[in-house]
Amino acid sequence: MSNVEKPDYENVIFARPGIMVDRSTHFCPGCGHGIIQRLVGEALDDLKLHERAICIGSIGCTVTAYEYYKVDGMEAAHGRAPAVATAIKRCRPELVPFSIQGDGDLASIGTAEIVHAAARGEKITIIFANNATYGMTGGQLAPTTLMGMYTSSTPDGRNAAQSGFPIRVSEMLATLDGPAYIARVAVNSPANVRKAGKAINLAFRTQLAGLGFAMVEVLSMCPINWKVEPVNALEWMAKNMIPQFPLGEFKVLPAVAALKKADKE
Amino acid sequence: MSERTLMGGNIAIGEGALLAGCQAYFGYPITPQNDLLELMARRMPELGRVFLQTESELAAINMVYGAAAVGFRAMTSTSSPGFSLQQEGISYMAGAEMPAVIVNIMRAGPGLGNIGGAQGDYMQCTRGGGHGDYYLITLTPSTVQEMMDLTMLAFELADKYRNPVLVIADGFLGQAMEPVIIREKVKKLPEKKWALTGAKGRPKNLVNSFEMNPIDHPRRIKLLLEKFERMRVHEVRYEGLNLDDADIVLVAYGSAARSAITAMNMARKNKLRVGLVRPITVFPFPYQPLADLAERGCKFVVAEMSGGQMIEDVRMAVGNQNEIKLANSYGGVPLEADTIFEAIDILM
Repeated sequence: MSNVEKPDYENVIFARPGIMVDRSTHFCPGCGHGIIQRLVGEALDDLKLHERAICIGSIGCTVTAYEYYKVDGMEAAHGRAPAVATAIKRCRPELVPFSIQGDGDLASIGTAEIVHAAARGEKITIIFANNATYGMTGGQLAPTTLMGMYTSSTPDGRNAAQSGFPIRVSEMLATLDGPAYIARVAVNSPANVRKAGKAINLAFRTQLAGLGFAMVEVLSMCPINWKVEPVNALEWMAKNMIPQFPLGEFKVLPAVAALKKADKE
Repeated sequence: MSERTLMGGNIAIGEGALLAGCQAYFGYPITPQNDLLELMARRMPELGRVFLQTESELAAINMVYGAAAVGFRAMTSTSSPGFSLQQEGISYMAGAEMPAVIVNIMRAGPGLGNIGGAQGDYMQCTRGGGHGDYYLITLTPSTVQEMMDLTMLAFELADKYRNPVLVIADGFLGQAMEPVIIREKVKKLPEKKWALTGAKGRPKNLVNSFEMNPIDHPRRIKLLLEKFERMRVHEVRYEGLNLDDADIVLVAYGSAARSAITAMNMARKNKLRVGLVRPITVFPFPYQPLADLAERGCKFVVAEMSGGQMIEDVRMAVGNQNEIKLANSYGGVPLEADTIFEAIDILM
């Protein structure tokens, strides 16, 4: 018995990944999370992780991530997904725990858990959805909010005297010895979505190969809270967010680079 | 075939956990339970089991949650300030119905307080402790033997009810050395069909406490409340000593119960008819036996190492007709038998 229905690949050129549940999401119009969830679904399908993946829902807009995959899932408290994933992997190494954490979850309340999971080199996969705000609670100041950016809790725009500066998590974690793969991607254009998909796939393969901690930071649109039209959010990200959070790879262990190279050949 | 050996209280908890088949231990150093963490650091890997010293008590409890979710018998141990941090994870586990054992070797609070033993976390332990409607079976050893036995029982009860179970003691008991009979190892662990083991040959399993739809949540809570009621009916444990002819009943648990036994013996030497009710579970609390003694006209002395917390449960059991006196110590100092004896004397 399999939980996964097989699409008719011969006649279908684009389909929902078989590992994903056929249902609508709770995301707002123009939100990047739907794309991210799909890219994760594609990676899980590609790597045939239907019977091994454990989806850990984190608090924020990804809270019900586990509803969208036909794999075992659980909910973690706000910021604690890396701790939960650590235990799952250490107890049952054959499982493939992953979480999609938002920037409030990962970069604010969960800084201790993510830093130490990374430092220990836990063989887990973290997808870090960074949209520079607290989406679920109505667009408050996040640790990743850009300087001068208006949020519901920085009515005059973020200023350093009051709220300090945005945190570049990927760069910060890349200074540690534990991580095997850290990259930042975006989902604001077809080309970037393709690159994001590859990075997410590699982050899962890093875990499967037992190489260490893998995190992909994905810059994600939040038009509702940015207060821009969905289509303009794509441009807004390119203009405002990517300069602050440059795309690229920040940590690639040689063994991970070898995986990547094998991919190309 | 049972072996008798001299053992420290914290160590007996660790050995009890190993005998009960604890498969994963996560902990953070905090006095006065470090010898337990250190024991597990050595013994768990020896046995091929999971040990991790975590970055905080918060991480520890969330790892326990993850380990429980994949069907492992999991445990953490801490002391009062760390226990406060763990309330978040415990609440999630109660909500998601995850079994685990949490050991709290209590020290004096509030705040950083003092590392001396205390029983000031009574309310936090017996009223759930974290946010939301939940309770935890709370076991209170008062000897080193019970540290082992009740830890083993804690794992059984956690799995039986799919709920976290607390073992609470204090710093004095944690360091006590006593002879212990080593129990038989648990050979067969219960099957957990709900565990996250990969959705292989079955629909996916889900471990969560979240209900998006407000219509669904009361239904889930009702099931939890019914479970806590079953605990109240089936899991009350206490020891009664010299109750048949008692005029005065001491009520005490843990270290305080040891002083209470000494005070009771002093009283009996003075021909005073004094007995003892020693709760072994403080949730569920032995309300009924105390109510029965109240009916008989007994007076009560509540002996505890706090400002007076368990006395509220005793008052609830006894009602307003019978006299109740508090004999206590607080701030991390032991409760002397003399203090309890004085309270008996005043009531006589």
